[in-house]
Amino acid sequence: MKRTTRTRLVRYGVNLAIVLVLLALALVADWGVIKQNFWNPLGVALSDGNWGDLITIGALNTIKYTVIAFAGGLVLAVVLALMRMSPIATLRWIATVYVEFFRGLPALVVILFMGFGVPIAFQWSPPGGLVGAGLLALIMVAGAYMAETLRAGIQAVPKGQTEAARSLGMGPMSTMFKVVLPQAFRVVIPPLTNEFVLLIKDTALLSVIGAEFNGRELTNVARDFQSSGPSAGTATSLVQAALLYLVITIPLTQLVAWLERRQRKATR
Amino acid sequence: MTSELLPEFTTPAIDVRGLHKHFGQNEVLKGIDFHVDPGQVVCVIGPSGSGKSTLLRCVNRLEEPTSGEILIEGIDICDPEVDLDDVRSRIGMVFQQFNLFPHLSVLKNLTLAQRTVRGRGKGEAVEIARQNLAKVGLSEKEAAYPAHLSGGQQQRVAIARALSMNPDMMLFDEPTSALDPELVGDVLAVMKDLASEGMTMMVVTHEMGFAREVGNKLVFMDGGVVVEEGRPADVLSNPQHERTQAFLSKVL
Repeated sequence: MKRTTRTRLVRYGVNLAIVLVLLALALVADWGVIKQNFWNPLGVALSDGNWGDLITIGALNTIKYTVIAFAGGLVLAVVLALMRMSPIATLRWIATVYVEFFRGLPALVVILFMGFGVPIAFQWSPPGGLVGAGLLALIMVAGAYMAETLRAGIQAVPKGQTEAARSLGMGPMSTMFKVVLPQAFRVVIPPLTNEFVLLIKDTALLSVIGAEFNGRELTNVARDFQSSGPSAGTATSLVQAALLYLVITIPLTQLVAWLERRQRKATR
Repeated sequence: MTSELLPEFTTPAIDVRGLHKHFGQNEVLKGIDFHVDPGQVVCVIGPSGSGKSTLLRCVNRLEEPTSGEILIEGIDICDPEVDLDDVRSRIGMVFQQFNLFPHLSVLKNLTLAQRTVRGRGKGEAVEIARQNLAKVGLSEKEAAYPAHLSGGQQQRVAIARALSMNPDMMLFDEPTSALDPELVGDVLAVMKDLASEGMTMMVVTHEMGFAREVGNKLVFMDGGVVVEEGRPADVLSNPQHERTQAFLSKVL
């Protein structure tokens, strides 16, 4: 048998197997239950205003919290990245320990810790109630991740750039902020956008520590609709929330892909 | 030119005494004595690895000397009391790889340090930048970004950037070595103009023609020491030292 023939037969075989598995699943599935749980109440929910709260409270808060966590994390990341490259060993050491510590913990654990552990242990609550505590936790975790990305970006800027700036008499600070960082940010825009997408999804973790009615993010709103309202007891509101997440994240992941393509072209 | 910055005329612009430089175990400068008088053009030649670029980079302390003294206009710049940024702002430097800021337009490349270091206002900085762009023949490129310029144009912009700080002297670190041969002439012409205006210049180069024509003094380095120095025509046509003869016979 020729190799091309064999390749073609293998391809047919794989496709056939996939079709057979899907057919089997369709036959075995209880369509009544699936429809009841995922699809049927969608119409009910639509008329009863699931979408209203999901969008105007849930999705909006998700975006708001993501922007806050990202902005805060970015500021923290710049500080950490500069500390990690400091000539002062103690600063380097502190930043390294911080980054390794928070990259090694699940974000959920940090959120629970800030929400419930810190107020009891230190008699101090982060501002903004439970949501504020959760956001602070997200900032602390995101800062650790983005610090590493930024450090890589800063180190990707050629040494000659720093030398040129310093030879003109520019000090270390203006060299960093006017010459090195603007170039480093260009390198790290795709990975930072990616971090933004990850943060959108991580805000769902905030639903575990609760929030006021108007402070709930998307997952939290969806879970409330699971327990009350016309679609209670079904996964309808989760399906709706999932659709809303995708509406937000897919354009952004496409943007990342486009940015990466553009960068590959620019550096070639 | 601010005359109070210039001490009396006999003080060398650059005075290097007993300079040693180690990179780990490797000693690249083994006791260099070297000076450039105000208004002089001194060219430094030598095989790669001879330490000539390291010497030049020690003059504005981009490399930290291991021991020895470096006096700029009579001031020891290794003294911890000295404001190194101020010293550097008075020493223009031109790199082999140009090192223009790629995220800034040509004009912004020329105004950035003027504004942050010299504290000049935008109008004044732009005016000085335009004068220097005109001097290197690139007035029409002020809005362009470095990536859109040829190597020769980039290097001329780099020279204009250094000149915009009104330096007392200029350091050139193999300014034409990264250029396509047909672009070398434009850069050398700019450097020649600069020399004829009386700029103090230290030039590490492989351009023997430039050294002969423009240089007041030629220094030949090899193995981390100054082997021979003198008038360029004398050193090039009548080298006294064996190592100088061997080097020149290969490059001329």
